[in-house]
Amino acid sequence: MEGAVVLLDFWPSMFGMRTRIALAEKGIKYEYREEDLRNKSDLLLQMNPVHKKIPVLIHNGKPVCESLIQVQYIDEVWNDRAPLLPSDPYKRAIARFWADFVDKKIYDLGSKVWKTKGEEQETAKKEFIESLKLLEGELGDKAYFGGENLGFVDVALIPFYSWFYAYEKCGNFSIEAECPKLIAWAKRCMQKESVAKSLPDKEKVYEFVLHLKKVYGIE
Amino acid sequence: MSKAELLLLDFWVSPFCLRVKIALNEKCLQYEARPEDLFGGKSELLLNSNPIYKKVPVFLHDGKPLCESTIIVNYIDETWSSPPLLPPCSYGRAQARFWADYIDKKVFDACGNVWRCKGEVPVEAKNEFIEILKQLEEALGDKDYFNGATFGFVDVIAIPLTCWFFSAEKIGGFTVAEECPKFSSWMKRCLQRESVAKVMPEPEKVYEFVLMFRKMQGID
Repeated sequence: MEGAVVLLDFWPSMFGMRTRIALAEKGIKYEYREEDLRNKSDLLLQMNPVHKKIPVLIHNGKPVCESLIQVQYIDEVWNDRAPLLPSDPYKRAIARFWADFVDKKIYDLGSKVWKTKGEEQETAKKEFIESLKLLEGELGDKAYFGGENLGFVDVALIPFYSWFYAYEKCGNFSIEAECPKLIAWAKRCMQKESVAKSLPDKEKVYEFVLHLKKVYGIE
Repeated sequence: MSKAELLLLDFWVSPFCLRVKIALNEKCLQYEARPEDLFGGKSELLLNSNPIYKKVPVFLHDGKPLCESTIIVNYIDETWSSPPLLPPCSYGRAQARFWADYIDKKVFDACGNVWRCKGEVPVEAKNEFIEILKQLEEALGDKDYFNGATFGFVDVIAIPLTCWFFSAEKIGGFTVAEECPKFSSWMKRCLQRESVAKVMPEPEKVYEFVLMFRKMQGID
């Protein structure tokens, strides 16, 4: 299972953060390489020719692409510690369902919140909160989606917490006011070293979003 | 295992439901495929079992529901291990999941962008669809199946979508066989499998459905 691990990544990417957290949870040493997305490295283009996107996990020279696939791969290869997926197939399928829900909803809706204005933004905010409430429902009274410990869904979702401040500032709303349980869960996750060291500072993310708005010409 | 213990909420032309049926057939499992009336009124069971998306397929194993076809196929493979659909090694599985994800993200939508067109199909739509199939041809390489020498996970995920290709061909004025002969050979190879052949609808029947759907949507 040992062997060189390299992660091609971009610091504000929620998808990269997932893989960082998984590697940290398993205590795996790896080389982090920051990509300039306006000038992608030859290695990135070679290792992910289909999508040309980060994150790319390179293990023993072989690439694994797509963050949730990387997290599952890490969980399977380093299967002697900190399990991320449950052992029961039904519970695994449920975890995959909710991670897939995060993929389908949270990124796109969150993007709409900071990219749009007026009615379009109001609709995005409403749908974004509705999606978070569904996730709150799934969390229930558990400490983590994974139960007593961080699991697959926690790893899939917690990176977005680093973007919540930016969404709130751009959308002029409070996520905590609407989804207190989810924010409590997020703060609980942030107390884990694997999460705290994998997520960027929320102010830096907000600065980055303001920079993107300028670049895209969004007021 | 009695038939009632494995229940699929189904719609005959849905490629996503077909994936589940093929997986169950590969595992030689008895199941009930219960048709849902997606236009007339979805059943209480469907709405209760899939409250998030309210879509088919929903697979119920001893009454416990699962949604999203790729996740269901994964579950079937993990629960009934023989014959295996996913490769045994972690890297092989990661590759299989990658291509299943690519197919999920790209194929049905690109195909739809052709058959949903009002009037002349733009060249860009046709080209995008063909490029995606060419990418899949590259992934297939010289193998008989995406999985290698034996039919597997990615083949299960991909083959159901192909019964919709005839509709895109008719409306778009091209053929997959001419543009992507390798992919076409793979399709024929899969369609010879009993697990696939006994559930795949005739492409002409899918085309009839597409024409009806186009009328309903005001495209025709």
